[in-house]
Amino acid sequence: MPAVAAYNITHRYGSVTALDDVSVTVNDGELFGFIGPDGAGKTTLFRIAATLMIPSEGRMTILGLDTVKDYRELRNHIGYMPGKFSLYNDLTVEENLNFYATIFGTTVKENYRLIEPIYKQIEPFKKRFAGRLSGGMKQKLALSCALIHKPRILILDEPTTGVDAVSRTEFWEMLAGLKSEGITIIVSTPYMDEALRCNRIALIQSGKILGIDTPQKIRDSYSQKLYAVRHAEKYKLLLALRSVLSSPDRENPAPGSMLHAPRPLPLATSAEPFGDSVHITLPPGTAPGDIISALSAAGLPGATITETTPGVEDVFLELMKREMS
Amino acid sequence: MTDQKVIEVEKLVKKFGSFVANDNLTFDVCKGEIFGFLGANGAGKTTAIRILCGLSRPTSGKVLVAGIDAARNPEEIKKRIGYMSQRFSLYEDLTVTENIELYGGIYGMRMKEISTRTADLLNRLDFQQYGNTLIRSLPLGLRQKLAFAVAVFHDPDIVFLDEPTSGVDPITRRQFWEMIWETAARGITVFVTTHYMDEAEYCDRVTIMNEGKIVALDTPAALRANYGTDSIEELFVKITRPKTAAV
Repeated sequence: MPAVAAYNITHRYGSVTALDDVSVTVNDGELFGFIGPDGAGKTTLFRIAATLMIPSEGRMTILGLDTVKDYRELRNHIGYMPGKFSLYNDLTVEENLNFYATIFGTTVKENYRLIEPIYKQIEPFKKRFAGRLSGGMKQKLALSCALIHKPRILILDEPTTGVDAVSRTEFWEMLAGLKSEGITIIVSTPYMDEALRCNRIALIQSGKILGIDTPQKIRDSYSQKLYAVRHAEKYKLLLALRSVLSSPDRENPAPGSMLHAPRPLPLATSAEPFGDSVHITLPPGTAPGDIISALSAAGLPGATITETTPGVEDVFLELMKREMS
Repeated sequence: MTDQKVIEVEKLVKKFGSFVANDNLTFDVCKGEIFGFLGANGAGKTTAIRILCGLSRPTSGKVLVAGIDAARNPEEIKKRIGYMSQRFSLYEDLTVTENIELYGGIYGMRMKEISTRTADLLNRLDFQQYGNTLIRSLPLGLRQKLAFAVAVFHDPDIVFLDEPTSGVDPITRRQFWEMIWETAARGITVFVTTHYMDEAEYCDRVTIMNEGKIVALDTPAALRANYGTDSIEELFVKITRPKTAAV
């Protein structure tokens, strides 16, 4: 039995379709990431999973329980951390934790072992009002509260948005620890680099799932060879590459070749800023060296080109473009 | 990017009572440079940026922004900079054109210039059909690009961006960086603060603050090489992670 199973879920807010026929299965014990930008539908999906919303169409089960019909029973087994900090600002750290434990009919003492690695980091501040904690500490408190009833499934909506890099790294390490306790975790993030921390990921955009797989297989699914081109004049390089790629054989048209060569698909030739380089894909029959010569001819000598490993963002971009065309 | 300096900071100290928020900062930023400013929460980033934007005065040290002394003439600095906050900074219940006019007006541009440049801006962004659209009904990605275009509408010497591409889709994100590159190539300095290290990878140089001090400043490639890390993220955690934090 899968830990989480969504069957053809569609959700509308008035005329806006937030989720469009989403089906996904999360296995028991998995750390599963939903990766997508703001407005992709991540929060809507997580609210449905947390039994807080009824989907317009389709259904979802968690641990075999229906999120609509069996919501009372299900709530005992899920821990939910909303994207917006939702603890009581005018209660102290300790009071918030006790409050959550009481609501779920348990005590902090009973499940302390589970939250200990996380809670002990904020325990020195247990008399402080939650509203006066830093972002990283709020995040740790919210996670402690979501865990206090020892849930089997943890639903974390953008837990790392707005916290600094050190806190984010620590947070992912905590999730790895919880996973080893056998807790199934579904987590959402707009940050593509965090995908690598998950066992499997779903890429989500405009309410649709673009792809589901392990981060490695997602990266391997990039359909072409990707190159990074570098030159000190980044913007000039970008413009020059666009013009070179849009007319690959303008400088030295091989006799007859253009007549028979299929026109390169728009997907086959892209040039986009990425870090300190421009990421490009090459039209069929073009060698990396040809690009360097063409750039030289266009007045940009000294550029370098190296094949590079596509990141999750590159794949996301490719899938988005495919979806749009 | 040129060697001409638009930001010069020498031995900047800012204290709040006995707390030293900025401890002897020294750095320069060049015209047309894309400069990344990183640091954990509480590292002193916000304090330094408030001084650079003319919102707060240094306790001691020299701070020149666009040649203007931040200690003596902070109001003048405000005219020469642009600012875009992490969360959307335009007015939701005004149209695209109204927002542009409002910002242009605040920066003292003439109405005639505003309308000429508005037409040009809408054209360049491919936004012609959105001139009379309320901001609230614009898709997220478009808002973010517009917010940036508005922040540089008055041709500032420096534009400050706070986590500019946080949460946007990958297509918008790369278009956004293209706009930043284009802006920098025009000679406007771009000062980026962010928690997200992949944004740092786009910068010409990156500085990392920790506990009030600058602990690293170089190109992303040189930083990675010097610290033997694959990414700025890894490097950042290595430098700034408190030794005491038990996990």
